[in-house]
Amino acid sequence: MNSAVKVNNVYKSFKKGKTEVKALQEISFEVNKGELFGLIGPDGAGKTTLFRILTTLMLANKGEAWVDGFEVVSQYKEIRKRVGYMPGRFSLYQDLTVEENLSFFATLFNTSLQENYDLIKSIYQQIEPFKKRRAGALSGGMKQKLALSCALIHRPTVLFLDEPTTGVDAVSRKEFWELLHQLQAHGITIIVSTPYMDEASLCDRVALMQESRIMEINSPKGITENFKKPLWSVRSADMYKLMLDLRSGDVVDTCYPFGQYHHVVFKKDPHTVEEAKQAIATISAKDLEVQRIPATIEDCFMELMRK
Amino acid sequence: MNDDHAISVSQLTKRFGSFTAVDAITFNVKRGEIFGFLGANGAGKTTAMRMLCGLSFPTSGQATIAGFDLYRDAEKIKKNIGYMSQKFSLYEDLTIRENIRFYGGIYGLTDKQIKSKTDFMVDHLHLENQVDNLVKSLPLGWKQKLSFSVAMLHHPKIVFLDEPTGGVDPVTRREFWTMIYEAAHEGTTVFVTTHYMDEAEYCDRVSIMVDGRVDALDTPLELKRKFNAPSMEEVFIQLARKAKRSDN
Repeated sequence: MNSAVKVNNVYKSFKKGKTEVKALQEISFEVNKGELFGLIGPDGAGKTTLFRILTTLMLANKGEAWVDGFEVVSQYKEIRKRVGYMPGRFSLYQDLTVEENLSFFATLFNTSLQENYDLIKSIYQQIEPFKKRRAGALSGGMKQKLALSCALIHRPTVLFLDEPTTGVDAVSRKEFWELLHQLQAHGITIIVSTPYMDEASLCDRVALMQESRIMEINSPKGITENFKKPLWSVRSADMYKLMLDLRSGDVVDTCYPFGQYHHVVFKKDPHTVEEAKQAIATISAKDLEVQRIPATIEDCFMELMRK
Repeated sequence: MNDDHAISVSQLTKRFGSFTAVDAITFNVKRGEIFGFLGANGAGKTTAMRMLCGLSFPTSGQATIAGFDLYRDAEKIKKNIGYMSQKFSLYEDLTIRENIRFYGGIYGLTDKQIKSKTDFMVDHLHLENQVDNLVKSLPLGWKQKLSFSVAMLHHPKIVFLDEPTGGVDPVTRREFWTMIYEAAHEGTTVFVTTHYMDEAEYCDRVSIMVDGRVDALDTPLELKRKFNAPSMEEVFIQLARKAKRSDN
């Protein structure tokens, strides 16, 4: 079997008081060996539940799943030996030092820091100066590196990272993604979840998740190319007024703020920039900057949410 | 102090022993502006923001916030600003109605004002069926919109948003930013910190702190031009990589 992960029609729901909350519905996908696969979606989409099922910490209500060729229910022990899991919440022992945490996890997997040193070397070296410090006293970035080292200590074949970059600054985030690409070069399959759409472009393929379902699975490029409507960016001196005008008029299908620009889809697509400017000028500001642009992952995500 | 400035800061400095957390920062924020306050972890953002909110006394320098002097009128500053953080803004074990009443009370609103504010917010945010439910039962996106409305309860001159919109879907995120635009349009000054550079692009102007100093301050478009960078992310990385101190 060539997939590192195979999921077939998985369902999961929870009882919350008298109501039943659907956490996962009709989830099916495959991750190839050595792939860097992203689960992209907001809080509450079902990403963590899916991770917990695949790491054999929770049972699905329905459906089947395999990790590294092993079935998640009957062969859970095999899977636990083979996967690394970094939960979203920092889950190491705060009262143990950096060194003690590492040796604890190494011992659990019947290995040692030395045995797989080549794999974690570049990460561990950054926290080594603090190896006598208690994990609870580390900064956010350091905790994240320690958690990653612990998740890798037994040289897993598949690595699950649940929102590793949430709350991390832009520089640390960039370094973290560079680390993931290095790990991928060691042949490790990586499944990473994130609510930040811009991180999708750093994955080989992504699944866009929303409200317990996968809306689309594709390469980042494939996803943005599937956005079939012509998209325009629009800017004027008063962006708030421009948005209100565009939304209340009859010319525009959708208008979403995107920072310094609004992204606009027209009801009747203009052929040229001039036509687009004229169409907008009938309802709003004249000092317009208008450009035809390619869609981003966020544009696609919002379009999929409308369906 | 210029009347057009909601925040006016000059040479503001905070030292802890021999460590200079905030190093003589100087900048102005215009009334009704959406101002982004960025910096890597450990750059001094939180310390600076705590001073601007009147929660921490500067070592030296001057600041006028919402028309009040930081040294003489810290209490008046607190009454004239709102604060929302992603981590904590509302009491999860109180209902929506109770949270509004609690914060309304803190800011000295009368019972009558609190009642009319509650009705307005319920209507505006479509919370008719949720108003007597615990805050913890609300989806994250609604919590954020509610926290923002609560921070605006007393019509503050300035609202401070500390990493406001992590983790929500892109449509909800834009609804949230629309609320921010609306508040700014009505004259409230919005001061935002965030780690996410695409969020910085929503701001009228952005400052970037490195090692306790403000190393860059301009509109996002102008910053990208100056640093010859395609995105704010790139601008930030160019600046933050120069940092000598970091918690990493």
